[in-house]
This record gives sequence, structure tokens and C-alpha cells, in this order.
Amino acid sequence: MGLDKALGDSFLTTKVEDAINWCRKNSLWPMPMGISCCAIEMMAFAGPRFDASRFGSEVLRFSPRQSDVMLVAGTTTYKMAKVVRKIYDQMPEPKWVIAMGACTSSGGMYRTYSVVQGIDLFLPVDVYVAGCPPRPDNLLNALMLLQRKVQKGECRGTVPSYIGDFHSSQPVTATT
Amino acid sequence: MDNQTVLERLKTRFADAFVESREFRGELTVVVPKDRIVEVCSFLKNDADLAYEFLSDLCGIDMYTPEKRFGVIYNLLSLKNRHRLRIKTFVEEENPKVQTITGIWGTANAHERETYDMFGIIFVGHPDLRRMYMPDDFEYHPLRKDFPLMGIPGSLPLPKK
Repeated sequence: MGLDKALGDSFLTTKVEDAINWCRKNSLWPMPMGISCCAIEMMAFAGPRFDASRFGSEVLRFSPRQSDVMLVAGTTTYKMAKVVRKIYDQMPEPKWVIAMGACTSSGGMYRTYSVVQGIDLFLPVDVYVAGCPPRPDNLLNALMLLQRKVQKGECRGTVPSYIGDFHSSQPVTATT
Repeated sequence: MDNQTVLERLKTRFADAFVESREFRGELTVVVPKDRIVEVCSFLKNDADLAYEFLSDLCGIDMYTPEKRFGVIYNLLSLKNRHRLRIKTFVEEENPKVQTITGIWGTANAHERETYDMFGIIFVGHPDLRRMYMPDDFEYHPLRKDFPLMGIPGSLPLPKK
């Protein structure tokens, strides 16, 4: 390993939690919950131009069992809310949620009977992304904000103690 | 084929089942009583000259009037004659039932389910009259005029946080 050369006979010290969180934040595998038009921008975010792999998030997992962060991208109806919650429940802990776009964060322009007025009514959201739809840059911005939270050991979902020392925090909003 | 010819054919064939007709910007609309709708549609499709073989849309309407509150609108297209025709029929609020036309145009199956979901109009004889958009246990019909825009609180449960 290159580290041997750089350090020689000396060594590094850190806390296990910090080391693990450093690993976690650099391989946040998203669950792409692309429900409507924001999903197009989410694909651009993962694609070569905006390139989420620079932040270790290029592996969009279509299986909730293998993902760490749920990207809810699109208008969530009451009928779909049950599905979103079910998929969130299937994700292993610790897990984070990014609410992408105006509809997901607040219902957006759909102030109507069929649309949930913000997914925070049934999910703990870590990062809100402003925009309709948000530019892929802003989604990258949200991912970086989330990385900062992960490094600090913050998670708004429930995490059992044997997984690590997590504490809850206030959600943040990504704006450009 | 022009509107006048179609109207004459319908008037002679269904002299007793003709309510009214109107023409707006070249589009002909014919209102028929609800108990004759299957007969009228069947004639329009199977007649060799008229040949309305394509049901381009079927939808509902809530007039919000004390009488004849709900309506069903059938938009027909004759590919052969390149002619469009609109048929309307109205039902009472207490008994919103219309005979299904799935036996004539198969595509009416989905359209009638949607109309049932949104307006609560029951299509008698429909093979599979389930809700289409709203959850199966939902009790209301959202496109009715007396349904509030933001819905009825508690009628659509959210998963627990």
C-alpha cells in the first residue's frame, strides 16, 4: 500500500467511529426512488457529466437491501407513500433520506388531495433539495452536505446502538 | 360523411330515443337517454356506412344540478369516414348507473373504471369494475364537485413515521 511509503515506520491514530464514518460517507450507495420528473435530473447526477462517482455514490442500487441513502425524487402520492415507506423500511441501518425537489419536500405545486404535502410527514428527511427540478449540481451539493453529516455521525433515522454512535440532528436544505 | 347526414341517420333510426343535439365549431354532440346507450353505440359501430369503429375517449362529468347530475361522454371516431361524433347521456344522483359498453369497444374497460373511480358512476355489466387511481379502500370519488380540493382529512392514511 502507498500508505507504508508515506508513513515509513510511523503510524496514524484515530477513533474507530471516525474511521468507519469516513468509509461510510465516501461510499453512500443511493436507492433511486425516482417517482417522477426529478428522476431525470437524478440520472444526470449519476451519469458521466455530473459524475456522482467522484463522491463514491455512483452505484445506484435498485435493491433497498444494498443501499444507504434513499433519493426520493418526485411527487409522492398517498398511494405511493406506502411503497416508499416499505422500501425505506427494507434498507439496512444506518440509513439517510434526501428529499429531492419541491414536490417531495413540500408537495410543491400539487396542493391537492392525492399528493402528500412533504415526505417528512412519514419519513425522517436528512437533506432537502430546493428546485423544480433541482439541477444535478444541487443534488451533488446535497450529497456533500449529507457526507458532512455522516462524518459527524448524524442520522435522523433510528439506529440501534450496536451499529455505532449516531445522534439525531436538524435537517439541512441544499440551495444553489 | 358530414354532421347532417349522421344526425339524419340517427334521428330516423332512433326517433323515440333522441333527446337533443347540438353543433359547436363543426363538432356534433348527440344526447341520448341512458337506457338506450348500448343500442345507440352498437348501431353506430356496426352500421356499414357510419362505422364508428374507434372509441377515442369515454369520460364522466358532474353538472352539479339537482336533476341529471352526472353525465357520461363518449367520443367516437370513424376512421373510414374520418368523422368524429360525441354522444352524451345523463343519470340521476340517487341512481348513477349506466349500462357498460365494454361489449362493443374493448377499450371502454379502462375508461369506465376511471370514470367509476373519479365520479362513482356504476357501469352495470362491467367485467372488472375496480378503482383505477385511488386506493381500493378509499370511500370517496374525487372529481365530484362536492369533494374538497384538499381531500377529506384522514381518508387517505399515511404510513407511521
